[in-house]
Amino acid sequence: MIDKSMRDAAAAVAEIQDGASVMIGGFGTAGMPDQLIDALIDRGVGDLTIINNNAGNGEAGVAALIREERVRKIICSFPRQSDSHHFDAAWRAGKIELELVPQGNLAARIQAAGAGLGAIFTPTGYGTELAQGKEVREIDGKHYVLEYPIRADFALIKAQQGDRWGNLVYRKTARNFGPIMAMAAATTIAQVGNIVELGSIDPEVVVTPGIFVQRVVEIASANTHALAA
Amino acid sequence: MNRMTRDQMAARVAQDIPEGAYVNLGIGLPTKVANYLPQERDIFLQSENGLLGMGPAPAAGDEDWELINAGKQAVTLLAGGSFFHHADSFAMMRGGHLDICVLGAFQVSVHGDLANWHTGEPGAIPAVGGAMDLAIGAKQTFVMMDLLTKQGTSKLVDVCTYPLTGLGCVSRVYSDLAVFDVGPGGATVIEMVEGLTIEELCRLTGVRLAHAGETEAA
Repeated sequence: MIDKSMRDAAAAVAEIQDGASVMIGGFGTAGMPDQLIDALIDRGVGDLTIINNNAGNGEAGVAALIREERVRKIICSFPRQSDSHHFDAAWRAGKIELELVPQGNLAARIQAAGAGLGAIFTPTGYGTELAQGKEVREIDGKHYVLEYPIRADFALIKAQQGDRWGNLVYRKTARNFGPIMAMAAATTIAQVGNIVELGSIDPEVVVTPGIFVQRVVEIASANTHALAA
Repeated sequence: MNRMTRDQMAARVAQDIPEGAYVNLGIGLPTKVANYLPQERDIFLQSENGLLGMGPAPAAGDEDWELINAGKQAVTLLAGGSFFHHADSFAMMRGGHLDICVLGAFQVSVHGDLANWHTGEPGAIPAVGGAMDLAIGAKQTFVMMDLLTKQGTSKLVDVCTYPLTGLGCVSRVYSDLAVFDVGPGGATVIEMVEGLTIEELCRLTGVRLAHAGETEAA
């Protein structure tokens, strides 16, 4: 019997080692798998490469990982926010490497990895400093920049509901990067508000099919609506 | 000199958004446009973090922090709205499905180049977000900005000196003093605030301006 459910967050992240690349879902705080990140911090590993849209907000989640100096490099689109003080401090102290990627290119490169593509040609960034040194091609009169896929050893994502085969449904704008990161990581770990019986998720509404998910852990608080902004 | 207020600018942009348009309003000043969209028009607001059919902010106390916009503010979803993941969201832009995006700017060139993501100052942390994808992806990119900086320097320029967001992507500029079309043929003044002349506008901006329906002023 295949059962991908794990007893707790610590067990779910137990295979993550020093130096791992880890995609983390979430846009701002929506969809941020806070309890999985806390478990990763408790596990004590460092030298991580983190892929997330932002570089942490406030004190929880990615911000806490940076505060604890576990992150060697971050790949993100928008690191500068009013409450991103832990990233600011680490960056100014030269303790963290930043690869800045336009948000749509970030999504497309993650999706390309999950789909097994060798590279993509994207119009975004053409003629800007973020395309400097990159191969450019003109196709049907329009200019495109060559960008390579972004894959990772692990993805930590948050969904509303899952089952023991790893099928997932998300909640509102907490979906964001979850479905594409699940496809791009060798091992995807999903924290879900509740694990339901096989067959109780309508197959017509499954967003991430279980083939893309290796671990599921139920964290009841994941359904909390009143998260701080 | 007369100047349009930020709300007047937002109302002016809203006039030009037609029934049935799929629209992304950028963070900051452009979000004000939503307040002036005519009730009788069905206009679909997209937010790049994965929703279409975005509604106004909820009442205080009704916030759901898993229902937010790209500025990470709590919003609502209108009947008929939908959620989707990030790759689909940016395919809506890059794939040419989004009709209009409205963005703020540091500078716009008379040929429609946009600079709005980074001042390039040493020590400034660069952050691009979805700006580059929006600018080049939407069928039409409108910019909303004050025409002059606080120091009186024109933000409508011959060539952008700030780091570029996209090349030749802006089609129209709504400023506090005038509305311009920009593009391969240069800048054309569509309208001006009362009391302003084309000569004065040329002096303020220092760029060559054509006047819609009239001969070009140097």
